Amino acid sequence: MSGTTEQSPSPRDVGFSINRRQVLIGGAGAASAAALLAACGSDAKTTPATTGGATGGTTAGTTAATSGAAAGGEVTFGSNYSDAKPKEAMQAAIDSTGLKVKVNTTDHNSYQGNITNYLAQPDDVLCWFAGYRMRFFADKGLVGDISDVWSKFTDFGDSFKTASTGNDGKQYFVPLYYYPWAVHYRKSVFAEKGYKVPTNKAELVALATKMQADGLIPFAYANDGKWPVQGTFDILNMRVNGYKYHVDLLAGKEKWTDPKTKAVFTAWAELLPFHQTNANGRTWQEAATSLEKKEAGMYYLGTFVATNSKDQAYLDDLDFFNFPALDDKIGADALDAPIDGFMMAAKPKNIEGAKALLAGLGTAKAVDAFLKIEGASVAANGKADTSGYNAIQKKSQELVSKAKNIAQFLDRDTSPDFVSNVIGDAFAAFVADPTQVDTILKGIEDKKSTYLS
Amino acid sequence: MSTDITSPDITAAAPPHRGRRRRYSQLSRSDKVWLSLMVGIPSAIHIAFVWLPAIGTIMLSFTKWDGIHLGTWTGVGFKNYWTIFTVFDDKFFPALFNNLILLVFLAACSLVGVLLAYLLDKGVRGSAIYQSIYYLPVVLSLAVVGFIWKSVMYSQSQGLFNVGRTTPIDFLGNSQKLFEFHVPFLSFPLGLTKNFAALLLAMAWRHIGYVMVLYLAGLKSVDPSLREAASIDGCNEWQTFRRVVFPVMKPINVVVLVITVIEALRAFDIIVALKEPIGTTVLGVLVKNNLTGEGGGQVGIGSAYGVILLLLCLGFIIWYLINNYREQEL
Repeated sequence: MSGTTEQSPSPRDVGFSINRRQVLIGGAGAASAAALLAACGSDAKTTPATTGGATGGTTAGTTAATSGAAAGGEVTFGSNYSDAKPKEAMQAAIDSTGLKVKVNTTDHNSYQGNITNYLAQPDDVLCWFAGYRMRFFADKGLVGDISDVWSKFTDFGDSFKTASTGNDGKQYFVPLYYYPWAVHYRKSVFAEKGYKVPTNKAELVALATKMQADGLIPFAYANDGKWPVQGTFDILNMRVNGYKYHVDLLAGKEKWTDPKTKAVFTAWAELLPFHQTNANGRTWQEAATSLEKKEAGMYYLGTFVATNSKDQAYLDDLDFFNFPALDDKIGADALDAPIDGFMMAAKPKNIEGAKALLAGLGTAKAVDAFLKIEGASVAANGKADTSGYNAIQKKSQELVSKAKNIAQFLDRDTSPDFVSNVIGDAFAAFVADPTQVDTILKGIEDKKSTYLS
Repeated sequence: MSTDITSPDITAAAPPHRGRRRRYSQLSRSDKVWLSLMVGIPSAIHIAFVWLPAIGTIMLSFTKWDGIHLGTWTGVGFKNYWTIFTVFDDKFFPALFNNLILLVFLAACSLVGVLLAYLLDKGVRGSAIYQSIYYLPVVLSLAVVGFIWKSVMYSQSQGLFNVGRTTPIDFLGNSQKLFEFHVPFLSFPLGLTKNFAALLLAMAWRHIGYVMVLYLAGLKSVDPSLREAASIDGCNEWQTFRRVVFPVMKPINVVVLVITVIEALRAFDIIVALKEPIGTTVLGVLVKNNLTGEGGGQVGIGSAYGVILLLLCLGFIIWYLINNYREQEL
């Protein structure tokens, strides 16, 4: 919020309601912390070598020998879990590994905004996100190869391994948990009006039309901060063109002016009349409230949709379904489910300890300890204890385990620069006036080469 | 030479000729040390923290760099500027135009502030209360002003301006233009968007109070006998202000002018605090978005935006300095 680029929320950012005062105080703190971080970063002239990615195996022996004696086995851990509850949860996960860890916590906004400076002199192990945002740093040699840690993991599904793999085929990331995006609705509203969960486009349109006739807004909609509608684009692209085209487009391999891309916007424009108007000036929290108040029938958002509500009856009434297939040939087996986890520094001071910590954090025990306190997301580890899950957590896990492909959300799947400078404005302009689609898509394509080359 | 020995500070210096020695002798040696320190230290700080970064920015604006490893930049000549003026023209020119609107609008607000100050200075009943009310927003930062207006005034679900409306107005999300016009070399129209106008309103709330307090303080210090003399000479209210008070207030007028221009060029915090709604971009936001944040950014393009902003500021500063010194000489 304070000077950092607005991005889709990390589960912990939205997992707990924070009051306005905390946000403001946090903002002030973030600004000063940012200045400090930036100062540290620019002083550090000894930037890691570009060959950082290759240090893993070859220098492991010597590094461990020297640092083992010096640090006494202590591992430093850079955390952006700065709010009280997530901080406690992360500490519990670290404690479960039984290692000696020194945790350096930074406000999450400034952590993300200053990640590049931070990575010039990082802690041994650090918190980050899967997807392009991880692969970008792996390509730059700013984070370390942890393929040998991954070779011992047995509890993760293939989709998590793919999400942890850099462009060079090596692993750089250990996933901890995730949350999926889905269409949320109130069971009581659906029961009362006799609505059925749609499974294809015709049913979806029929349902939305019926809702309008019943005086409901079919889809709640918001775009304050310019990231929420990126979710709509993601899911429509994955339903219209499939997962492969989606990631290729975001990686810059396909054209935004391609007729296939335009088809996504055609589908979007078709569904837009079923969405709440004036989305650009509404926060997702306000849109979520209209779902809660039964003004809107559905809301396509991450499962954090109800985290601001204290009304247990509403929480029990809430349910979600997978966004239906729009094209039978493409199906509905891909979705957005952002994953949070950890990376290792390119040249950690204590490489043995760092790898041991990453291995420990990849266990079911660690994520169990984390979710016991955090209690909103879903464990990435397949052997995690799910007995304490609430209905939404259980359903999330079921949904994601059925998915063939998991995308990370648009601003995690492409260059964050490209999103904050080009895509955010372009999508907001489209939502404001869908007739401008050709100009908007040409604008994106023209600007793309500046950010993705 | 014997006279020189009595004043050691001069013998220490290289043998000067007579005219210079007489002028220098007014300052003792320690005076000179102190003077050079007092001039030197601020100058060194100024050069180190203002001009070296500025020169660095200018140099970086001719390179392509991801901001990650020092020394990995490559020179690209004027390509960044070319990109800004051709590919990013639909971002740059609207941002520049918004800065321009801001300048004109804040200038108008300044006039309102001056008017309020003048009225309050006349001793309106309860003027202390009015002063406090107008001054209250000034103690808030523009970012906080933005938060307040966003949630208290403009919010679609709970905003004061939307209370009782069946179809709420989207003040901050609506990027439709209030007016627009075509510029020959641009493929898109320039204009004032509705949400930028809404932001202007929030900024006026603070700016008017700011100027009012400055001006009020100045008015209090105007010698009452001047006004008496003017009224004895038969000046009416407007003439007294225009011919007597306003010229006497010159130092304050300059301060108000400078503040208005600076606020217009740097305005950025309120927009960023409101998460940069489309159609409200100003140059400062473009600089920030390309330089900071994740992924290292586009340092070259961001620097180029910064240089353009610097040139605009320099233009004003040079004009101001020339004006200022010319009047001092007269």
